[in-house]
Amino acid sequence: MHEHDVLVIGGGGAGLRAAIAAHEEGADVAIVTKLHPVRSHTGAAEGGINAALREGDDWELHAYDTMKGSDYLGDAPAIETLAQDSPEETIQLENWGMPFSREDDGRVSQRPFGGLSFARTTYAGAETGHHMLHTMYEQVVKRGIQVYDEWYVTDLAVTDHDDPEDRECHGVVGYDIKTGQIEGFKARNGVILATGGLGQVFDHTTNAVANTGDGAAMAYRAGVPLEDMEFVQFHPTTLPSTGVLISEGVRGEGGILYNAEGERFMFEYGYANNDGELASRDVVSRAELTEINAGRGVDDEYVYLDMRHLGEERITDRLENILHLARDFEGVDGLEEPMPVKPGQHYEMGGIETDENGQTLIDGLYAAGECACVSVHGSNRLGGNALPELIVFGARAGRHAAGTDLGEPEITTGRTDDSEPEEDLDTPVEPGAVSAADEDVAADGGERTDDERERSERKSRQTPSGDGSRSSSDVASDGGAAVVEPDETVRRAVERERTRVERLMEKEEGVQHAELREDLQVSMTENVNVFRNEEGLKQALRDIREVREAYQDVYVNDPSRTFNTDLIHTIETRNLIDLAEAITLGALARDEFRGAHWRQEHQERKDDEWLKHTMLSWEDGSPELWYKPVILEGEDKTYEPKERSY
Amino acid sequence: MSTQVPEEQEQSETDEQVDAETEVEMGGGASYGDQRRAERDAQREQSVSGAPADIEGETFRLKVFRYDPEVEGKMEPRFDDFAVPRQKGMTVLDALIYARDRYDTTLTFRHSCRQAVCGSDALFINGRQRLGCQTQISDLEEPVRVEPLPHQDVVKDLVVDMEHFYDQMHAVEPFFQPDEEPDGDLEEYRQTRENREKIKMSTRCIWCGACMSSCNIAAGDNQYLGPAAINKAYRFAMDEREGENVKEHRLNVMDQEHGVWRCQTQFSCTNVCPKDIPLTEHIQELKREAVKQNLKFW
Ligand SMILES: Cc1cc2nc3c(=O)[nH]c(=O)nc-3n(C[C@H](O)[C@H](O)[C@H](O)COP(=O)(O)OP(=O)(O)OC[C@H]3O[C@@H](n4cnc5c(N)ncnc54)[C@H](O)[C@@H]3O)c2cc1C
Ligand code: SF4
Ligand code: FES
Repeated sequence: MHEHDVLVIGGGGAGLRAAIAAHEEGADVAIVTKLHPVRSHTGAAEGGINAALREGDDWELHAYDTMKGSDYLGDAPAIETLAQDSPEETIQLENWGMPFSREDDGRVSQRPFGGLSFARTTYAGAETGHHMLHTMYEQVVKRGIQVYDEWYVTDLAVTDHDDPEDRECHGVVGYDIKTGQIEGFKARNGVILATGGLGQVFDHTTNAVANTGDGAAMAYRAGVPLEDMEFVQFHPTTLPSTGVLISEGVRGEGGILYNAEGERFMFEYGYANNDGELASRDVVSRAELTEINAGRGVDDEYVYLDMRHLGEERITDRLENILHLARDFEGVDGLEEPMPVKPGQHYEMGGIETDENGQTLIDGLYAAGECACVSVHGSNRLGGNALPELIVFGARAGRHAAGTDLGEPEITTGRTDDSEPEEDLDTPVEPGAVSAADEDVAADGGERTDDERERSERKSRQTPSGDGSRSSSDVASDGGAAVVEPDETVRRAVERERTRVERLMEKEEGVQHAELREDLQVSMTENVNVFRNEEGLKQALRDIREVREAYQDVYVNDPSRTFNTDLIHTIETRNLIDLAEAITLGALARDEFRGAHWRQEHQERKDDEWLKHTMLSWEDGSPELWYKPVILEGEDKTYEPKERSY
Repeated sequence: MSTQVPEEQEQSETDEQVDAETEVEMGGGASYGDQRRAERDAQREQSVSGAPADIEGETFRLKVFRYDPEVEGKMEPRFDDFAVPRQKGMTVLDALIYARDRYDTTLTFRHSCRQAVCGSDALFINGRQRLGCQTQISDLEEPVRVEPLPHQDVVKDLVVDMEHFYDQMHAVEPFFQPDEEPDGDLEEYRQTRENREKIKMSTRCIWCGACMSSCNIAAGDNQYLGPAAINKAYRFAMDEREGENVKEHRLNVMDQEHGVWRCQTQFSCTNVCPKDIPLTEHIQELKREAVKQNLKFW
């Protein structure tokens, strides 16, 4: 068993920042990551980092823009923390040597981005994420922080109490991709999940193939609620054949969108009144699809993004990377022709529920970065707000896990008196659970684990009503579970995972993950995309259920213990199933139009009813939906919901 | 082990691969999933029988190196052939994914971003180091032959051991070492546009290892720092935000036996670098700087 004070799962922007912060506080910290850190998807970020650095700007403006951009579904304390900490964190990166683009006076450059009232997006060419990732990895090397790379974390080691609020996380189970060994990792102080996005839920995404939402799915099944999962950002400018992103920086610098008829549609059809191409991402994505659906798209599939008029000099100075992307992945020369673009999945606004210190409901378990939801993006993330999220909340989680007192959080996690259950959601199939004959399925098909089954049996003996509304005081603090030493918790988790992997490997035939993954992705893209309606969402739930049932019969074809990617993809696919369901359930329940969540039958934002976060808890093998209110009270002001118009 | 495999060891496996596919049965009424599966099965049938479903109506042959140290029948290196339907814009990585997901899920390779930033799919494609994701099939002659990076230990199939590469990168102190902090909390170091421009290309390295694999010297001298690590040193040595003392130290690191002087300016690294970094030029410039520094001490 490996043992450290703080374990960081994931070596992307959030993970590296968390590890450095914990190390600076004196903790013995290690990073466990399925990819070598420099291969993380943060490296793909192009546009930049929002930070109020210059005269005329301040954190309050940044907070205001973010609140408005979120369509008032962000929590003010989180948003204000983001805006307050970002300048210092951004300058910290510069001080670590990050090669930002520069102004004539030698200071870092900033540029305009969608939905921002000030040009506060700090950038390094059109490859900001690459430089940020490498700069932080350099600091990790400098500090000698231990990195277990190509170790896949398959599960968390969490105590077995009835009430998730009583559970504690003592470590994780790791699978050494190179050798096939399964080993325990114990964390004396805390585990920080920084496992990134879940773009692989969809089949047209800007995300990496490794972005399978592992951390969110593991935390969810361990009892941590997922928050606001229905809010998936679709980026308006991705290349049609691969999903590779063409940065918002192109529109920031003055790029123009045209339909097949050569019309600059953002203005001509009134999708945007002031900002044109630089309206928020949700607005632009819908405008493009509306054009395409109305028959004004190119090849019925995409529209054009034109930057030729910016001139070669400006393009090579600020957007050179875009020229490479368009050429290598679409065969288009951006200096000579307009680039074809269409919307693609880009970012998951929701995720693991945390407070401003990165803490989740489970003691000792933290989350930061795209896998987490402190709720800074609400229902729509502004471009350039994810990278500051990584460094701001990554650093906070690292410090807190290392034992630094960051003060009482204003955001509370878990159920409280003002949370309300979802009462009458009409789902076409029973979510989560698989068919009745699930008792002896071989693979981990989303049926209850032994632990869960045991726990629920014990619970039904104790609390026959089981009405689902629990506050921490309802249950005795030992939660009915025998007190288990941390080492033992980790050992048990390791055993469980060994059995799970053995079963997957022993099975001789069945269905392969690739088929299930494809079915899931296609249905999600078809039914839970930019435009959503009840019928489609229900179809998606049926399809997910079908995939979940089929997954019980999944098997791993590759018998090798060396670099078995077949096995890894199989485990990842299970995670995708749970997350796809969470997204779809939340979307079906929310019958309003807010931010990125558009519903055909519900074309208005319903503040009276829906100023609340969608929460989803995994209860004994099936999801339970409930809500908690949005916090609109900031440090010295309350953000009044206003109509968003661009 | 070496990745060179004699031709006679190759065997065509396409049919076998496909026969081994398991029929998948799933319950439930007609649904979107069923339709997908039917399409998929039809497509698979067709691509095997030589009448593929793609727009241009043809497949191409993908020849892939295979090796697994512990699986019987795979310990002996060989090449497998896959028939892949040609599609517009298809990259080598797309083709590998297709072959893996449709024909043989044991086919193993690293990949993630599929947009030339993560550096994980550097491969030996038709005799040259390239990123699979950045290489269009239409730019290649057939059959498309994919092997692991030469001069690296093969872990399995197309996966090579990168440890040595990482060690060399770490050996050059790959982190910023300024003399002093700028004054004030929110103060950045001032850097001129010219200086950023000077280091710009060197900062683009994605640690793919293509350069190292293409370098004869590195192949012969395991201790040679290699083009990527030297480029990393260049990135800092030329950054005006680091002071003169640090620069001197960096040049000393470069000026040792297995440093810059090993380079014989063959340009192979520069030719294969997927990020167009002028590696050889950077190495030459460091040689000149090192000489200048030595002169200074005389
Ligand atoms: C193409 C693109 C461009 C973008 N541009 C911008 C931009 O300009 N500005 C902006 O603010 N935001 C941008 N974003 C969003 C932002 O880049 C991401 O949200 C952010 O980088 C995510 O960082 P992360 O650290 O949370 O995750 P990642 O960087 O994805 O890192 C995840 C890490 O977790 C590890 N991991 C995952 N699962 C496991 C497991 N089971 N076991 C072990 N390790 C695991 C991975 O190996 C990886 O190291 C962009 C996103 C994309 C996709
Ligand atoms: S210098 Fe070029 S070829 Fe070498 S590792 Fe870096 S990106 Fe790859
Ligand atoms: S897959 Fe990332 S570089 Fe090719």
